[in-house]
Amino acid sequence: MSERMLRDKILPVLSAMSMLLAIGMIIFYLPDMKGAMGETLDMSFRIFYFHMPIAITSYLAFTVVFVSSILFLRTGKYSYDILSRSAAEVGVIFAFLVLVTGSIWAKATWGWYWVWEPRLTTSLALFLVYVAYIVLRQAVDGADKRARLASVFGILGFISVPLSFLSIRLWRSAHPLMFGDTSGSSGGGLEGTSLQLTLLVNVIAFVLLFITLVVYKMQNEMMEERADEIRASLD
Amino acid sequence: MDAILSLNNVSKKFGNMPVLKGIDLDIKKGEFVALLGANGAGKTTLVKIMSALSSPSEGTVMVNGKDILNDQGSLRSIIGVISHETYLYNDLTAVENLRFFGQMYGIASENLEARINGLLEQVELVKRADDRVSTFSRGMKQRLSIARALLHEPSILFLDEPYTGLDQHAAHAFEKVLLELDPKDTTRLMITHDINRTYNMCDRVIILDKGSIVFDSLMSEVASAEELRDIYSSHVGDNDTF
Amino acid sequence: MIRILHIAAKDLKEEFRTKQMLNSMVLFSLLVIVVFSITFAPILGSSQDVAMVAPGVLWIAFIFAGSIGLSRSFVAELENGCLEGLKLCPIGRSSIYTGKMMANMVLMLLVEIITVPLFAIMFNFSITGLFWLGIIIFLGTVGFVCVGTLLSALTVNTRTREILLPVLLLPLVLPALIPAVMATGSILMGASYGDISQELRLLLVYDVVFFLVAQLVFEYVIQD
Repeated sequence: MSERMLRDKILPVLSAMSMLLAIGMIIFYLPDMKGAMGETLDMSFRIFYFHMPIAITSYLAFTVVFVSSILFLRTGKYSYDILSRSAAEVGVIFAFLVLVTGSIWAKATWGWYWVWEPRLTTSLALFLVYVAYIVLRQAVDGADKRARLASVFGILGFISVPLSFLSIRLWRSAHPLMFGDTSGSSGGGLEGTSLQLTLLVNVIAFVLLFITLVVYKMQNEMMEERADEIRASLD
Repeated sequence: MDAILSLNNVSKKFGNMPVLKGIDLDIKKGEFVALLGANGAGKTTLVKIMSALSSPSEGTVMVNGKDILNDQGSLRSIIGVISHETYLYNDLTAVENLRFFGQMYGIASENLEARINGLLEQVELVKRADDRVSTFSRGMKQRLSIARALLHEPSILFLDEPYTGLDQHAAHAFEKVLLELDPKDTTRLMITHDINRTYNMCDRVIILDKGSIVFDSLMSEVASAEELRDIYSSHVGDNDTF
Repeated sequence: MIRILHIAAKDLKEEFRTKQMLNSMVLFSLLVIVVFSITFAPILGSSQDVAMVAPGVLWIAFIFAGSIGLSRSFVAELENGCLEGLKLCPIGRSSIYTGKMMANMVLMLLVEIITVPLFAIMFNFSITGLFWLGIIIFLGTVGFVCVGTLLSALTVNTRTREILLPVLLLPLVLPALIPAVMATGSILMGASYGDISQELRLLLVYDVVFFLVAQLVFEYVIQD
């Protein structure tokens, strides 16, 4: 089986199938959730099974940006830069989806679209940092310099995110009465096997989706570079 | 060999664009080398690599037999650069500029003031010593930049189109100062487009085209400035010399 | 290393000769205070309410004045190719960074020293806990300038540096800004060291981490 086969056929089919399975499990397989009072919670909590895997994937994306940025500065190989920018662009979409799903969930649970909850706010910081990363890429002329400066920013951004988490957690603990202690993930119902299984399948599905998108994006970028080279050699 | 500067298979790429392709070059101590070539031939990149401002994608650069990547600090303290950029701070005075760069080169303060005064005298800027550089003419700035480049008594001097923007009078004054100041054992390499001046000043000529050395000869083997011009045109075309 | 101090001294000498940056920073900071003073006019009588908005007002003034100054920090180095001249000298790249950072630090602190009393006057507010307030502002400013100086070098060659710098800087300094604002608020409400020790520790961690990382990556920023 050639690498090309794997890339063009297997990967998208695999991620589409796992995605279908993951969605199917959320809708049909998950049992109804009971709240603390024994009442049946509405469907809104099910968004958590999208929310958390997407969040994990967005963190994964920016870990990839961080590592490949360091590798680019160390080796100067452009393939690392292509990987950084592909992972960043796909990652930004995931980070945005974290905010959207998080807000919907927050609205259903607390009645607000936005809650200054450490994890959600950290995702906001992450999103802003990597939007800035993409803005920077667009502002710099010259492939060499763009790759170099973006790599530096990719490293700084990755370091700032956990610090953001720490500072937001500190801040929230200073105002504990605003929303009460509801920032836990899903009300303690996660021990059930069916829930864990659904979550696991969803995480795998989203990571696969991420890998597929990054691989396609990288292919695109490489073709673009190739086209630029040909264009340059023509004149 | 008594090569003070030697390049071995030096290549440089910007992105996927090759700028220098496998340059091999030995420069002997005391030589005055002219580096000619069209815009974009890679001259400035080559000088940046030799002065450790930029590192080659491939190949090695040796100064006095030592690889510059290993010991950039000691390399930098024996290199002086006079460029079309003056490297001077507009809002500082002539003396303050020289003092600052003297400090950067680690010249002991008791020697520094005397050295600055001596140099200012030689470049004929004593009267303007305490004026801001922003009030200087282009020619005065360029003369001051000679003093700046020679502060630490470099043994290798790179001249990157030092005549850019100078009128004839200023160019003449610049040349006079340069030739007077610079002791004969200094190794010099000059990038220029000026064939006549090259012919009269330098003792070796190298022509760079599209990232490769296409001509390398002692000046004594070139009969006249006219011949040099012909050689240059045959390799590069004659669109941007004068 | 003494050369770091020479670089900082050179920067400050240049700046005090023209005062271009300092003037616009102070003016901008003043404008922010005035605009907020007008906006919050109804609550100016109550020091309880003023203490609530004070940290926000002060740090917005610092940060905006700071990004104006920082965006010009490397501009003088570009005139006449000075940065290249500096890179030719036998000094470490990180010394250039540290020197510039120290000069920016001095300018920022000057702006802050002018802004704080101005704030007290315009908001009719008597500031308590001046010592710890000073420490908080200092630590917050170190973090801001550490990242800001690096990003100033990073953006100086881009087309839109004045706009780009704050866009890049603010998300990165968020982790320093939050504890700085929190601690400022607590101190102005009359808290003691014990109440803000965690914030100070976080600020310190931020400062140290970004100072060290900036030293490591600065050479890639100014390489060509």
